[in-house]
Amino acid sequence: MSALPLRLMLVDDEAPARARLRQLLEDVADAVPTQVLAEAADGVEALERAEHLLLDAVLVDIRMPRMDGLQLALHLARRAPAPALIFVTAYDRYAVKAFELCALDYLLKPVRAQRLQEALIRVGRQGGAARGLDAAALQTLAPEGRRHLRSSERGRVRLIPVEDVLYLKADQRYVTARTASGEYLLEDSLAQLEAEFGARFIRAHRNCLVARAAIAGYERGGEGEGSEGEAGGAEAANEAEPRWQLILRGIPDRVAASRRQWPQLRALLKG
Amino acid sequence: MAEEDESIRQFPDAAAMSAAPCGGWREWLERPLARGLAVFAASEALVGLLALMLRWGGLEPGLAAALGWGGAGAALALALSLALGARRPPSEALTEARLMALTARIRPHFLFNSLNAVLGTIRGDPRRAEAALEELAELFRAQMQDPRELVSLSEEIALCRQYLDLERLRLGERLQVQWDVANCPPDATMPRLILQPLLENAVYHGIEPLPAPGPIAIRLASAGPMVLIELSNPFRPGHVHAQGNRMALANIRERLQLFYGQAASLNVEVKGDRYQLRIVLPHRRETAL
Repeated sequence: MSALPLRLMLVDDEAPARARLRQLLEDVADAVPTQVLAEAADGVEALERAEHLLLDAVLVDIRMPRMDGLQLALHLARRAPAPALIFVTAYDRYAVKAFELCALDYLLKPVRAQRLQEALIRVGRQGGAARGLDAAALQTLAPEGRRHLRSSERGRVRLIPVEDVLYLKADQRYVTARTASGEYLLEDSLAQLEAEFGARFIRAHRNCLVARAAIAGYERGGEGEGSEGEAGGAEAANEAEPRWQLILRGIPDRVAASRRQWPQLRALLKG
Repeated sequence: MAEEDESIRQFPDAAAMSAAPCGGWREWLERPLARGLAVFAASEALVGLLALMLRWGGLEPGLAAALGWGGAGAALALALSLALGARRPPSEALTEARLMALTARIRPHFLFNSLNAVLGTIRGDPRRAEAALEELAELFRAQMQDPRELVSLSEEIALCRQYLDLERLRLGERLQVQWDVANCPPDATMPRLILQPLLENAVYHGIEPLPAPGPIAIRLASAGPMVLIELSNPFRPGHVHAQGNRMALANIRERLQLFYGQAASLNVEVKGDRYQLRIVLPHRRETAL
């Protein structure tokens, strides 16, 4: 184990629970030196605090307001490097069973110094890039995936509820999420988003995923396909045929449907 | 009911067993059929207890845990009442066992979080930690009392205040409670631990999941021949674990029914962002069922 203290964040909505962790960390400091860089009272605050920190591990409570521990884990797992995660929970038989199945580390409240020390030593031993979260394990714990997309603009973290997103669009190097109230820059690629939220979104064309529930209808149009990055290749050969675009609920934007995706989209609209 | 050892009062089955009259046990046991029944009853009790001890660690937090006691308790009561024949009317034994089974238990979630909070407070504020442990002891004591006893409204209110004080240790300013007891009849009685588990529900579902929760409001008032208890808490759809909550309410409803028959009622209503619960009880002064 390196001589450098482990850099930690403590996340729990109850102040005495955070106090207890701080005390225990002091108690085991000789065996495992640590440094608490930040504390947070819920997942949202934790993401904001973590934004500019390099963390070795996060001690995270499961049941919290706004964003719970499992949702926070899904976000932290996308960081590079991802911190190690140690869940701390009072009583949650489902979570505990899942932690064991996935070999994720967890502590039961009341937390005991010995168990905390062992968990921290494991984090130290894994070291650097090798640690971090197992995506498959997290998938098991939170099968519905993230409930928020994370947008970071000028150092401010913004969380956009996935259910508010009408469509996701890739433009050059950037992916944006469109909601009824605005457009937000994301850090994920369209392919990643499609893999994660395939049940909610359907591909309208090469550069766009549309929320299935947001599609209100379709109409003829969208001749100027070039702006959507769809021109060229096999599609351009059939330009004489009519093109379709999707009408969305709540916003005036139209989303062009590519010829390749059209059968699927039409089936969705008819079903 | 026979004198009981404190330690067995936690277990409804053992407690119900000790409720059997002691006189004449020996000659009664000489009879083969009676012995068979007694063995049956005892083995049922043992199996029930074992099952319950195993289950204790694995149940969803909440009154659901308490409901788990029901089956074994009722089976034992039935076996006992069969075995005892005319000595004890079956309905009384059943009622008692059912009450034992329905009496709210400490939620594991609440217990472990509270202990963790006390541990986190000991070094910084030892006096606060002491008070919290005393409050926890009072809650356990209340849960180990005879479930057939009725308590005065003020006693139940005092217990609720202790419970809320303990929760405040963990939740701090997030827990706001408004009491309205100006018209609370001082001499009225109610079954023990009706209000406290409902408050526990309100904290679990209405306070803990919300970042900036509104207050819990409690009102106890006299209404002619009845006593009115109203409780409301913040509500956000999707945050209530409907099933656990329904079971908790079914439990309390059944207990009210065992005490008051059709004279008492419990109704629930969601009004905007508030979850409102209303209990109506006959205004009585007796202290036992």
